[in-house]
This record gives sequence, C-alpha cells and structure tokens, in this order.
Amino acid sequence: MARFVIEARPERSVWAPIQVSLLAILLTCIGGSFLFMAYGVAPLKGLEAVFIDPLRSTYGIGEVLLKMAPLLLIAQGLAIGFRAQVWNIGAEGQLIVGAIGASLLAIQFDGTTSPLLLPGMIIAGMVGGMAWAGVAAFLRAQFNANEILVTFMLTSVALQLLYYLVSGPMRDPMGFNFPQSISFGPSATFPILIPGTRVNASLFLGLGVTVLALIFVQRSLAGYKLSVGGVAPGAAMYAGFSSKRAIWLALLISGGAAGLAGVGEVAGPLGMLQRNVSPGYGYAGIIVAVLGGLHPIGILFASALMALVYVGGDFALLTVGVPNAVTGIFQGMLLTFYLACSFLLTQRIRRITPETVPKGAPAE
Amino acid sequence: MDVLIFIVSGTLAAATALLFAAMGELVAEKSGMLNLGIEGMMATGAAMGFVALSVSGSHSVGFLAAAVLGAVLSLIYAMLTLVFRANQVASGLAIGILGLGLSSAIGKNYEGKTVTGLEELDLGPLSDIPLLGPMFFQQDVMVYLSIVLIFATWYLLNRTKLGLIIRAIGESPESAHALGLKVRLIRAGCVAFGGAMAGIGGAYMSTAYTPLWAEGMIAGRGWIVVALTVFGTWIVKRVAFGAYLFGSISLLELSIQAFGVNVPSQLMSAMPYIVTIVMLAVISRNPVFIRLNSPASLGATLKLN
Amino acid sequence: MAEPTPLLRLRGVTKAYPAVLANDAVDLDVMPGEIHAVLGENGAGKSTLMKIIYGSVRPDAGTVEWNGQPVDIQSPAMARELGIGMVFQHFSLFDTLTAAENISLAVPGTIAELSERIRAASAQFGLDVEPGARVQSMTVGERQRIEILRCILQEPRLIIMDEPTSVLPPQGILKLFETLRALASEGIGIVFISHKLDEIRALCDTATVMRGGRVVGVVDPRVEDAQSLTRMMIGREIAPPTHGAERGDRHTVLEVTGLNYTPEDPFATVLKDVHLSVRSGEILGIAGVSGNGQDALTRALAGEIVLRSDKGSSVMLEGTPIGALGPDGRRALGVNFIPEERLGRGAVPIHTLAENVGLTTHHGGLVKWGFLRLGQRRQLASDTIDTMDVRCGGPDATAQSLSGGNLQKFIVGRELALRPKVLIASQPTWGVDVGAAAAIRQKLIDLRDEGAAVLIVSEELEEIFEICDRIQVMFRGRLSEAVRVRTTDINHVGLAMAGDFDALHAAPVEKEAALG
Repeated sequence: MARFVIEARPERSVWAPIQVSLLAILLTCIGGSFLFMAYGVAPLKGLEAVFIDPLRSTYGIGEVLLKMAPLLLIAQGLAIGFRAQVWNIGAEGQLIVGAIGASLLAIQFDGTTSPLLLPGMIIAGMVGGMAWAGVAAFLRAQFNANEILVTFMLTSVALQLLYYLVSGPMRDPMGFNFPQSISFGPSATFPILIPGTRVNASLFLGLGVTVLALIFVQRSLAGYKLSVGGVAPGAAMYAGFSSKRAIWLALLISGGAAGLAGVGEVAGPLGMLQRNVSPGYGYAGIIVAVLGGLHPIGILFASALMALVYVGGDFALLTVGVPNAVTGIFQGMLLTFYLACSFLLTQRIRRITPETVPKGAPAE
Repeated sequence: MDVLIFIVSGTLAAATALLFAAMGELVAEKSGMLNLGIEGMMATGAAMGFVALSVSGSHSVGFLAAAVLGAVLSLIYAMLTLVFRANQVASGLAIGILGLGLSSAIGKNYEGKTVTGLEELDLGPLSDIPLLGPMFFQQDVMVYLSIVLIFATWYLLNRTKLGLIIRAIGESPESAHALGLKVRLIRAGCVAFGGAMAGIGGAYMSTAYTPLWAEGMIAGRGWIVVALTVFGTWIVKRVAFGAYLFGSISLLELSIQAFGVNVPSQLMSAMPYIVTIVMLAVISRNPVFIRLNSPASLGATLKLN
Repeated sequence: MAEPTPLLRLRGVTKAYPAVLANDAVDLDVMPGEIHAVLGENGAGKSTLMKIIYGSVRPDAGTVEWNGQPVDIQSPAMARELGIGMVFQHFSLFDTLTAAENISLAVPGTIAELSERIRAASAQFGLDVEPGARVQSMTVGERQRIEILRCILQEPRLIIMDEPTSVLPPQGILKLFETLRALASEGIGIVFISHKLDEIRALCDTATVMRGGRVVGVVDPRVEDAQSLTRMMIGREIAPPTHGAERGDRHTVLEVTGLNYTPEDPFATVLKDVHLSVRSGEILGIAGVSGNGQDALTRALAGEIVLRSDKGSSVMLEGTPIGALGPDGRRALGVNFIPEERLGRGAVPIHTLAENVGLTTHHGGLVKWGFLRLGQRRQLASDTIDTMDVRCGGPDATAQSLSGGNLQKFIVGRELALRPKVLIASQPTWGVDVGAAAAIRQKLIDLRDEGAAVLIVSEELEEIFEICDRIQVMFRGRLSEAVRVRTTDINHVGLAMAGDFDALHAAPVEKEAALG
C-alpha cells in the first residue's frame, strides 16, 4: 500500500523558498484565469494584460520600477520585524507620517536651491516613520499592547492627521481650497532616472536598503538576535536577548523604511502632499515581505512582481476592461497561495511503499 | 430628553454590526483561532449583502448571502492554518486583503447606489412607552437579534458541552487531539461561525445602518472587533459592553457637532482608533488579567501529528 | 483447550522517520488481565510503538490484531472505540477546567452523573479525586489520578501507561501499583512503559525488552535479575561514572539567600525563602517532583529572572551580587546554564549547530564591531562536535535533526567550552539514551573535579545519588536544608519530596560519623 506522508525536511533547503514562491505565482495565475473568465475575458489575454503588457513599453517598465521602490523599502523593513515575530501591519501609516515629515521641510524651505534639502527631507521622513512606529513599540514594550492592533489603529489616525493637515495647516494657500500642499520645487524632488518615465532616484534608496538589510540579516549580531527571538522566544530568553529591545529595533527599522517610502512618494511622482499619498503600499508591502520569504534578495524579486501586478491591474482596466479591483484580489491570492504552499519550506512530501521502508538502519 | 433617546437608540444601532462580528470572533478565538481577517470578511459581507438585497429585494436574502460568503472566506483561513499549518497572523492578513479586494470587485457596479433600509420591528404597545419606547423599542430586528446573540454566545460557551469542548481546544489543541476531540473540525466550525457573523455584521452596515455601498465603508471596524475581544478579556459580557461603548463613541462625531463644539472633524473621526489604542494599553498592562481568560493556544500554529 | 487469544497482538510493526528507524518488525502480545512491561532505554522506540497502538501514528508496515481480529487503528478516537485507553506521560489535562469537566470531554454523560461515577471509581481503585476542583491547583499526583480515572471510566479493555512513575515520589509509586493491580484483576490488560527495572520487576507479569527499535527479548521480569535485564536493554556494559573525592579549595562560589519570587503566571509555583550555596569542587543536587518551583529557581539563578525589586532576595557569585544581571551578564562572569528543554530553549530548532553555538558564546571573540565572525563560529561548532562526540551531519545540520542525546551533548559541550565557574543543569539527562547520559554525567563530574561549582536539578533520584555530593529537596516552592549524599538514602529523600523535610535528618548518620 503506497501512500504519501508529510515529514520534516532533515536539513534546510535553499531552493524550497524559491519553489514555494513560484508555485504561489502559478496558482495565482490559475486563480486569476477563473477571475478573468468571470469577467468574460479570455484567461490568457487577461494574464497577458497584467503580467506582459506593462513590460512592452519603456513607460510601462518605468511605472513598474516607480512602484517597486516604495514596495521594496517597506517590505525590507517589515521583513526584519516579521522575522522577529513583530507584526507591524501599519507601514501605511508610517509611510504617511514620513511623507508629512518630509513635506514639512519642503514647504518650510520652499524656493531654496540648497542641495541639503532633499537629504534633510529623507531624514525627516525616516524620523517620522520611526516616531509613528515608535508609539507602537512603546505601547508593546511597556504595556504589552498588541502591536498588530496598535499599528493598524495608528494608520487610521495617521490618515485623519493627513486629511487635517492638507485641508488646513499645510494646504496650498493659492490652491483654491483643494486639499493639497504646494508643489515642491526641483531641490525638493528626486531626479528622474529614465527620461520619458517617472522612475526616480528613490529606487536607489530601495536598493541601498536591500543591501543594508542583507548585511543586517546575515552578518550582524543584532540581526541574529532578532531572528532567534522570532523562531524560538524561549531560546532568546535563555540566551538573554531582550525581547523589548527586539520590539523597539524591529518597529523602528520597519517604521523608518516605511517613512523613506513616504518621502519617495511626495518627493517623487506626487511632488506635493495630498490626500492620496499611497495606493495601499503599506499593506502590499506585507505581501511582498512574505512572498519574498522574508529574505532580502527574495523581497527584491517579490517587490518587482507586486509592482507589476499594480501596473498590470491598471493596464487590464484599459485593454481588457476588467475593473482594477482585480489588483486587490491578485494580491490576496498571491499571499493566500504562498501561505498554503509554505508548509513545503520545512516539510516535504514523500511517497511510501513497503519497498521504500529502509531496512536495518539502526535507531539511536 | 431627546439627547438621551438619541444616545441610547443610536448606540444600540451603532453597536449592532460590531456585536455580530465580535461574538463570532469571540467564539473563533475561544477555540484558539486568531482570525485577523474580520475587516475583509465584513467588507465582503457588506458588498455581498448590498448586491443580494438589490437583486432580490429581500433583506433576508442579503444577510444570508453575506453570511455564506463570510463563512466561505473564513474557511479559507481555516484551511491555511489547520491543513497547511500556516502562521495564523499572516493567514488572517491574507484573507483580510483578499476580502477587501473581493468586496471592491463585488460592489463595483453598485458604488454609491442606495437601497431601502431595514424597517423598525413593530413591537406594538412597547414602542409607545414614553422615553423607553423610543430608546429601546423602535429598532430593526437585527438590533434585537444581536442582543439574543450575546446571550446565545454566553450560553454556548459556558453552559453546553460544545462550549466546553471549544474552550478545551482553545486551551490545548494537542491535549484535545490526544483525547480524540475533532480539533480541526471544531476549529473550522468556530471560524466559519465567526466568518458568517462578520458577514452579517458587514451586511448590517450596508443594508440597514447606512443603506448604501461605498468601498472602504467598514473603515477599520473589523480591527476594532479584534480589539474588543482583548478589551473584553474573552468574556462575553465584557466584549458586549465594549461593543456598546464603541457604538456610543461613533455617535460622538455626530453629537459633538450638533452641540456646536468646534473641533476638527478629523479628530472626531480618529477618536475610535485613539480610544482603542488607549484601552488596549490599559487592559494589556496587567498580564495576569489577560492570562486568566485568554485561550492559551490563541494564535499558535497547530502542531498535530 | 487452545491457547487463549491475546487482547492485542502486533506482528512486524515497522515505522521509519527520516533519520531513524523507530520500530523495526516489532512483535507484541498482551493478554487480558496481564501487566505487560515494555522496557527499553530512551530512544529504543517504546513511545512510537505506543503511539501506533493508540492510533496517533500509523505504521509503515506490519499488522495489529485486537481480540484476534485484524484492525487498522487510524486515530485515537478509533483506538478508544476498540477499548484502548492511554495515560500520557505529559498529561493531556486542561488547567482551567474542573476534574469532572476534564473527564466529561472524553466520557459521555452530564457533569452530575460523571461526578457520581468519579466518586465510585475513586473509592474502588484508591484514586482520590475531587470532581469539582480545578486542575490548575492540583499536584502532579492528583493530575495523574484524573488521567487514570478518565481512562477507567471509558471502560477500556487495555490501558497504556507511558512512564507513569516518572512524575511520582516513591510513596506515590506504591499506591499507583496497587491501583494497577486492582485494574488487572478486573481483566484489563495493562501495557506499562518504563526504563526502571526495579519497578518492572515489582509489578509486571511479562516484559518485552526493546533496543534500537527492535524487540530483543520477551521475559518474565520476576525471574530475571536486574543485570541480565540491563544487558538486554543496553546491549553492552556501561561503566558507572567515576566520582573522585571532593576537590578544590571548597570556597563558596554561588550563594542564594532569602530568595522570594512570585511568577507572572498566576498558576506557577511561588518561590518562598530559598537558601542554597554551591562550593567549588562539588555537585549540589536539587531533588523534587517537577513543578515544585524548579523552573523559577533555575531561571532566577541563570538570570532569566532578574531580581531587582524583590526585597531581601540575594544571589552572590564569590561575594559579588549578581541578582540584577541578566543571563548575558552572568554568563560573562562564569555562570552557565543548561536548560531542561533542549529544542526551543537550549537550541533553536531550525537553526544550524553553527548558528546555535552563537546563542551563548558570542562574547568569546565570535563578534567584531557588532558583526558575526562566521568562520570562527563554525570552527567552534566543529570543535564542540568533536570533543563531545556528537553524531550529526556536521556544523550545518539543524538542531532539530539531532537525536535528544546528541543535541544535549552538543549543548553541554557548548557551555563547557565557556569554562564555567558555576554550571547549573536542569534534568541534564532527561530523555537521553544511556550512552549519552553516561558521557554527560562524566563531563559534569570532570568539571567538578576541575574545581567548578555544579548544581543539578533532577527528578531522577538515581542520578542525584550517582553524581551529587549534597542534596536539597524542593517542594511547593521551598527548598530543604542541604544533606550530604552519604548520610541519607533514597527513601528519606522520597519522603522529603512529598513535603516531609524533617525526614532528611532522620536518616542514619553512622556512615558520616565513621568517616569523620
């Protein structure tokens, strides 16, 4: 009687995370096919619109790279927290506060040509994101308040703060009461990288953070301590790695990275502070982090894929006429299928027949 | 006097959606399942309920469709965590995101449309009682059902064998499994119940409380529901009290403006979230208090052979 | 008359796990009314065999017959339907529920009906249990009685007892045996799993001896002597550890006075006015049944519990107060700790051995400017594997891929490499095979002989008497005064484990007097 058993992998596999991600993408394409059929679109045509069409033009590629930058930044930060089992789901709020912080400087020093303005905005944005995440870290470390709920609630608060600021204190006085700030000058915006697109230098921030994340995760003592706390809290306690420190570190890093993403938006494609700072990058960043296997390199690819889904959703609206709500469903499916397959990270499926039972291997 | 009537009757109505979802989530959490996807399930329920009502003209069909879809979504969560042993937090987020995407797809063609809300239940002479009548007895049927649900949930968890089994599984699924209790089945059932209730709660928002569908109308209520189970330290009456408290806070925005107090409307909109954060910090700071009632296995990945 | 049909008959049962063949063509026959021992060392495959009988593990090959009928036991529920009950080594009770509620989860009937039946069965089999009491406030012995009652009320034909005596003080063991004999006289078959020979010889009618996943003999334990059983079970002679005279200058290294501690967990044991001191060149043993505060004590000694505000509590290392330091700080001063749980505490299960060596040793030149020196870390792991003779796939093997004994050797080696002044070890050989246990005990004795202070917390009295110089007994958060091993015996320590600390001093003292 042959049957299949699921059992623990005896050693760690380098390829397992890649297999799981690819499997999740494949399943999402299958699920997406049904979705397109429900909208009366030929599946292959729909998938082509989402995954291929954006890559046919320089503009499309530019849009993908543009959206990749914030996703990459956010996901690298979140992944460090997730590895430590610190669930910051409020990157959206930290992004908003980061954007506000950077905008404060841009508005205050409007008209300056100083080359220090943009670096100043970057720092202000990072500090803003850290401060917002720091509230959650403080409440978790001192009062044991669940960081998942607090970071989410703080996002809602950040959104109201943004609405208040752009309709009042930070509104463009000459803007006919539109809820938005003044347009930022050239010294407060990132330079465009590829002419004819909107890709800007904030992508380098994302790539830089990726390198830093790689070093932090693989080589630093602090990164090692965080990962121990995440996978075996008992071992971290035994070793004497402070869990409060881990909470602070994880939230400050992820908050700072999300704040940077906020700078990239207001000093990039938006060029101003407005109500719609982010089309949900903070939440999509969660998916990117998980889909990338919480590994800096994996996240690099996952962020490109997620950016493609964003842009592809817009393309699908134009070319095959499905509402861009499919973007959300695609995102949800990617994460769902990844989680469904993720047991293959630590387990493997083995077929057992009476013949394959090893003979004579002595037990301990 | 009118103010009192407004506050009491308004609170009862405002708390209804929260109560449905919170009682469902409480049962799921008591079995050890931390379903963070409530927001998505409520949103899907709201969209589905609205569409089903628009198409069929029947509120019952609307609620039923919402409940079914909510349960289906939550069963995806159950499958991820119970069959594929995925992390509960990530799985909850996954169906939350899936649910939000689904709600926007379902409701796309109904954006901004309205339907007839749920009628008040005719309770005859009761609703004519001065003061008490307008306060308590001029509500729609779902308001009363939500109160029945509170008692039913309490009875289920504390007075029935099934409730005992649910609590045991929530404390130690491994031990329960060793005893031969059907851990996965019961947990899936609790989660499905939670999903159905979240769907109904969402549908109440879109078909009764404010009879219209707009994307994002759940506005974080699903997360407040999760927070309510913590505030209530997993005790039915405290969770219900929390739901009414939040119902009354959401009235604040309207009433404060009615009194002519000049505060930014955004501050009032942010109030429920700020209150949630403060309450979380206050309640959670005492670990003994939390430990005494929280299901010990809540959020932990199931490890069964 | 034909040979009577066995209640349970296994033939050729085989179960393989990735790294080991846990059961290799195992045969087992249990008759009605028989108390049948399954004897074997840790890792011999007893637990896997019991899980197969109870339906929680499916065999890869082999047949199971129940009352002469072939059966495929697919789940514990099915096992119970057949009439197979199990009393677990780690109880499957629910702390927040009452005894009757716990039982009602497995036995049909209302709480009121069950309470009646519980009282009746309690009286019949000598199992005192109060149906309405909550489990969280009960002793280990009471919990075991609930487990047994829950099993009995399901009216089983066969009861599996998995190492039931490991949690009981000696007097409790005798009481348990009476209960088991009463059950057997009702015609119930009992499978009694143990690795303690004297217990099996006192209680069982038949013993199936297992080694390395195979059955190496079926004997009558009442006629076999302990040595022949040991040889069967182990397959070779194990030399007892050599234990020299006390060494070193015998100055006090670790001293604890007036330690009071109330854990955050409302159900955990409170430490009350604990005093102890460990001297250079000696091993102090803390005896006691688990759950009497040992966990909090070791945490307080290792620094996981920091004593900042608890008034009057003091922990001193060679005269320096260390109570306010965390584990890292104490480790830097030479206080090392080997915890009871290996996977998840002593080692990170999914991390490699090289990564796990960094858990406690990053002070020793493994880190520069906040960055890990991966080469050195790997080297240290390799060295530890060599010195401790750890059988594994090298420094890149994950901790969870090692057997319990090999992982424990690795952890012990890692801590010894730090050259501790004080080594605290909690249940150092629990669940470890004989060879590894002997090696670990010898390493601890060697450390003592080098002049370190060693503190062992153990449930196994045999272990304590084998390697310790002095003994203190822990009961309900209190610690008895210390007695020298040579001035007491297992029975008196057993009484102290049940709370009678005075019994320690009632022990004969002639030996000590004679030795001066």
